[in-house]
Amino acid sequence: MSAVLDKPVMIPMQLEGEFKTLLAKTFSSEPDWLKEKRKEAFEKFSDSGIPTRKNEEYKYTDVRKVFAGNFTAIHNEAHKLNSIPPSLGEGNIQLVFINGWLHKDSTLSAKLPKGVIVGNLAVDGLLNHSDLLKKYLDSAGDSLAQLNSALWTDGAFIYVPENIKLETPIEIIHISTGEKEILASPRHLIIAEKNSSVSIIENNISLDLNVKGIVNSHVDIFVGENSKVQFYRLQNECKNVSLISSTNVVQEKNSHFDTNTITLGSEWTRNNLSIALNGENCESHLNGLFITNGTDLIDNHTSVHHNKPHCQSNQLYKGILDGKSTGTFNGKIFVARDAQKTNAYQSSKNILLSDDATINTKPQLEIYADDVKCSHGSTTGQLNEEALFYLRSRGLSVDSARNLLLYAFANDVLNTIRIDSLKNYLEELVNKKLAK
Amino acid sequence: MLSIKNLHAGISEKEILKGFSLEVKKGEVHAIMGPNGSGKSTLANVLAGREDYEITSGEVSYNGKNLLEMSPEDRAREGLFLAFQYPVEIPGVSNINFLKTALNEIRGHKGLPPIDAKDFLKLIKEKQALVELQGTLANRSVNQGFSGGEKKRNEIFQMAVLEPTLCILDETDSGLDIDALRIVANGVNKLRSKDRAFVVITHYQRLLDHIIPDFVHVLYDGKIVKSGPKELALELEKKGYDWVKKEFVEA
Repeated sequence: MSAVLDKPVMIPMQLEGEFKTLLAKTFSSEPDWLKEKRKEAFEKFSDSGIPTRKNEEYKYTDVRKVFAGNFTAIHNEAHKLNSIPPSLGEGNIQLVFINGWLHKDSTLSAKLPKGVIVGNLAVDGLLNHSDLLKKYLDSAGDSLAQLNSALWTDGAFIYVPENIKLETPIEIIHISTGEKEILASPRHLIIAEKNSSVSIIENNISLDLNVKGIVNSHVDIFVGENSKVQFYRLQNECKNVSLISSTNVVQEKNSHFDTNTITLGSEWTRNNLSIALNGENCESHLNGLFITNGTDLIDNHTSVHHNKPHCQSNQLYKGILDGKSTGTFNGKIFVARDAQKTNAYQSSKNILLSDDATINTKPQLEIYADDVKCSHGSTTGQLNEEALFYLRSRGLSVDSARNLLLYAFANDVLNTIRIDSLKNYLEELVNKKLAK
Repeated sequence: MLSIKNLHAGISEKEILKGFSLEVKKGEVHAIMGPNGSGKSTLANVLAGREDYEITSGEVSYNGKNLLEMSPEDRAREGLFLAFQYPVEIPGVSNINFLKTALNEIRGHKGLPPIDAKDFLKLIKEKQALVELQGTLANRSVNQGFSGGEKKRNEIFQMAVLEPTLCILDETDSGLDIDALRIVANGVNKLRSKDRAFVVITHYQRLLDHIIPDFVHVLYDGKIVKSGPKELALELEKKGYDWVKKEFVEA
């Protein structure tokens, strides 16, 4: 290939100049190590640029289309909101971010056990716990993750010390709003130390957004030895905004990580979820549900790295696609040489409600150990005609039979949600979304 | 109640019913017997409204209305019930919730309000006992993981709850052991009434030892070739279908 073609893809906005401006102004008071990290990340991003469709990982998803526009990474927290969206569960702790910045009215009134930190990365994290950030801010990931590592403004900082089981769910709400074409870069850091547990809901929404927006978010989650973390990601009311998320999870031995990615009303979504099982006897459950229509695009990429023996991972992703929407599920499972007795399962099930909807599923298994149980399965089909007829023959209308069957299909994923209030909220939302 | 006249129907351009006629009055039990491939299942499916089947000619009137013009759900709402030969498993759809939805659709069609939750529970309990269906089964997903016998009992249980006026039993005895057969038949017998009619489709006579029909019809090559009282079933059992086939061919 010629040198000219090897050059990074140019992107429409002047990211490099903006990055320099941010370093000189917004990030100027940050410690040197962080600024260095940002610079390194930006360099890595510049080396590969915004992924093109020639990149195997972005074969079905054109990110450059998303970045075509007059987006700017320079913006501030001056956005006002008339009201914070209601909590998804009574008593939940709410952390609200707007375009990647902390919203002043976040409710942190809940009494927290000693040592627990629920705050924001820029202040509670950087000012008071710089050591934790230094240790846990992960700089791995593809070029979009690097872009976040360079540009992140703020996000949630959640720290649960050893032996603390935090009962109250924490809601991280990210709102996209405003009149400018913004590239928002929120970044969240979640640390659950040894013998602890925490449940987190990340709710992405857009409010009064009249122009196109991009949210390129990044979450680092550390699940300490013998700990349990639940992470629920909702992408339900995201009009006019393209969501990109990179999530890096690291699990220590005997830990348990559950995650759900629920995408019910998002126009353009790319989720990269990577889990490293770095200790023995870890358990991971990755569940996803998406319901699309119109020209929606959803692309879920997962990669589970079995690095140690006796770990178990389970993936269940379900999609219901209508209109001209497109879905992608690409799930990778890596089993390292010494990760014997690994159990890794993956299942992707999809229903296409229209002839124009498309689903791409691609399982990838790379197994270097010899004593493992791994499987993957993928099904795509229409509604079960036999079942539809059976229900109708008992008096149900076509629509109510259809809704019942689709709901049952989706409910498989919702059933894995362990926060009742969230489950109820989503059940209602799914029913509404499916109702015809 | 049900009047089928010279019905011709088939699937994938193959004619299976070739001039089938039958009259069923309130309170009657008609058994339709026939060898494999005679059109028994086609008859059940056509009556229930399965869209894969094509009706080429003939008439079916049900309580004075043209049944063939009605959607499957409207047939059910008008009181027609098909107990399936192979009830489908529907994972994730609760048997009870589905049945409640179905009952309320039928009630709504009759101008009745939705059933009260308490009354519904009472009704379920009562009808479960009728077919000796365990409560846990009723609460599971529709037919999921049910044994063959449990599926058939579930069909009769649904029938008992929905209280149809015309019940079509499609090979309900297939796959049942003696005990399950007795339970299912008892359930059906308890539902017999002067206003309700049954069309019992079966290959074997043994179901008719338990559900005593008023009439027995022999279906062969898409039409009824012989009709008679309940004793005809016994004769068939003794002589086999060849006897009727032979008579039919000779005639």
